[in-house]
Amino acid sequence: MKRKQIEQTIAFTIFRLLGIIVVGILFWILGFIIYQGIGVINWEFLTTSPTDGMTAGGIFPAIVGTLCLVAGSAVIAFPLGILSAIYTSEYAGNGKIVRFIRVMTNNLGAIPSIIFGLFGMALFVNTLGFGDSIIAGSLTLGLLTLPLVIRTTEEALKAIPDSFRTGSLALGASKWQTISRIILPMAFPNIITGLILSIGRISGETAPILFTVAAYFLPKLPNSIFDQVMALPYHLYVIVTSGTDLEATRPIAYGTALVLILIVLVMNLLASFLRKKLRVKDK
Amino acid sequence: MIEAKDINFYYGDFHALKNISMKMDKHTVTAFIGPSGCGKSTFLRLFNRMNDLIDDTRLEGQCLIDGQNIYDKSVDVSALRKRVGMVFQKPNPFPQSIFENVAYGLRVDGVRDKQLIRNKVEESLQAAALWEEVKDKLKKSAFELSGGQQQRLCIARALAISPDIILMDEPASALDPISTSKIEDLIYNLKKDYTIVIVTHNMQQAARVSDKTGFFMLGNLVEYNDTKKIFLSPEMEETQNYITGRFG
Repeated sequence: MKRKQIEQTIAFTIFRLLGIIVVGILFWILGFIIYQGIGVINWEFLTTSPTDGMTAGGIFPAIVGTLCLVAGSAVIAFPLGILSAIYTSEYAGNGKIVRFIRVMTNNLGAIPSIIFGLFGMALFVNTLGFGDSIIAGSLTLGLLTLPLVIRTTEEALKAIPDSFRTGSLALGASKWQTISRIILPMAFPNIITGLILSIGRISGETAPILFTVAAYFLPKLPNSIFDQVMALPYHLYVIVTSGTDLEATRPIAYGTALVLILIVLVMNLLASFLRKKLRVKDK
Repeated sequence: MIEAKDINFYYGDFHALKNISMKMDKHTVTAFIGPSGCGKSTFLRLFNRMNDLIDDTRLEGQCLIDGQNIYDKSVDVSALRKRVGMVFQKPNPFPQSIFENVAYGLRVDGVRDKQLIRNKVEESLQAAALWEEVKDKLKKSAFELSGGQQQRLCIARALAISPDIILMDEPASALDPISTSKIEDLIYNLKKDYTIVIVTHNMQQAARVSDKTGFFMLGNLVEYNDTKKIFLSPEMEETQNYITGRFG
C-alpha cells in the first residue's frame, strides 16, 4: 500500500473510533438508565403520588409539574424570543446597538443556570411577591431559554436568501408583509425545531426551579399558577440526595430519570420529524 | 417618461455613478451595457429605490418619473414599486403555487375581489407567454417550473400589479438559449404597453431588443444613443472598443 493510503486508513480509523466512542457513551447512559429504571415503570408509577415518605408510589405530581413549567416558560419565552429575533435580524440592520444586543443575548445564554435561579428568587419570588410558584418558575425558565429561542429563530431567518425579500419588496409589499407572508412561513420549520429543542432543555433544568417553584414533597396537583409544584429533575435530586431512605428509593430514582429522558427524547424526535415533514411540504 | 439628472451615487467611499444624466421615453426599450462593475445595475436599481435596502449608500441628483422626483420625502416607496416593476437576474419565485405567485402583488395591495384576481392572474400569465404552459397546473408549486418558465412567471408577477415601467436586471443571463429567446420575444411584445429598461451583459441581446442603448464604464455613462447608432457607428472610442470585443 502506498504511504498516503496508509495515512488515510489510519486517520479514518481514528475518526471512526472517536465517533463510536461518542455514540457509545450516549448508548451506555441510555442503556444504564433504561436497565435500572424500566423495572419500576408501570401505569401506577406514572399516575399516582409518592407515598410512605417518598419511598413508594409514583411520580405523577412531578410529571404534571414539569409539564406545567414547560408550558408556562414556552408561553413566556416563545413570543418574546421570536419577536425580538424578527426585530434584530429583519428590522434593526447591523448597527452598533444591534451588535450590542446580539452580544448581550449570547452573554445571557452563557450565564450559569443557578444564577437564573437566584435572580428569579430575588425578582419574581420576593420582590414581585409571587412566592414559590409556577409563574415564578416559568418566568425564570423562560428567561433562561430566551437566548436559545432568539438565536435559533435568527438563524432560521438568516437562512432565507435575500432574493425572496427583494422579490417581495419590489412588488410593492411592505417590510412586514414580506416577513409575515414570505419569510416566516419559509423559516417556520427551523423555528419550530429550535423551539422544541429549547423545551427539551427547559424540562431538564434543576437549578432555576430550585428556589422559585419546586416543592420537596407535594402530593397534589396545582390549582393555579401561584401554586408550587414538584418537578421531575428536582424530585430526582431529592430522592437521590435527601430522601428518607436513599437505598430503598434507588429504583424510583432511576425510574424518574428514565421518564425525564423519555420526555426530552420524544421532544427531540418530534423536532426532527416536524422539520422533515414541513420541509417536504414547502417544496 | 424617466429622467435622471446629475446622478452621483456612492457605496460608502466608493463613487459608483458619476454625473449621469439621461432620459428614457415612454414605451421604448432602453438597454444598459458595459463591463462588470460599471454601475449599470446600480443605476437601474435607482428607479424603484432598491438601493435603499443597501446600508451606507448616498445619492446626489434627481430621478424623475413623469416629472416627479421619486426620492422626494413625500413619495410612498411601496406605491412607487407598484408603478415600477422589477425582474431580477436569477428567477426568484416564492415557495407558493404558480397562481399565488402572480396574485401576490395584488394581495399585498389589499385586493380581495377573487374574480378580479383570477382575471388579472390569467391576463398576466398570457402577457408573459406562460399561460398555455401552466393553465392546468396553477395550483402546483412554482418550483416545479423550469428556470426559463420561472423567469417568465416572475415577469407575469411583475405585470400583475399593472406597472408603467419594468426594470430588468440581466433577466436572461441564468437561462438557456431557447428560454433566452422567449424572454427577448416577450420584451419586444411588452414594449407597446410598458416602458422597459434592461441591463444586459449580452451585446447581441441589447442590439436585438432595445431602441436605445447606454454604454457604461467605471461609473460613467460613456455614450447614450439609438441602438443602431451605438452598434453601427459609435461616437466614442471606448464604445467602439467594447462592442467590438477589444476589452470587457
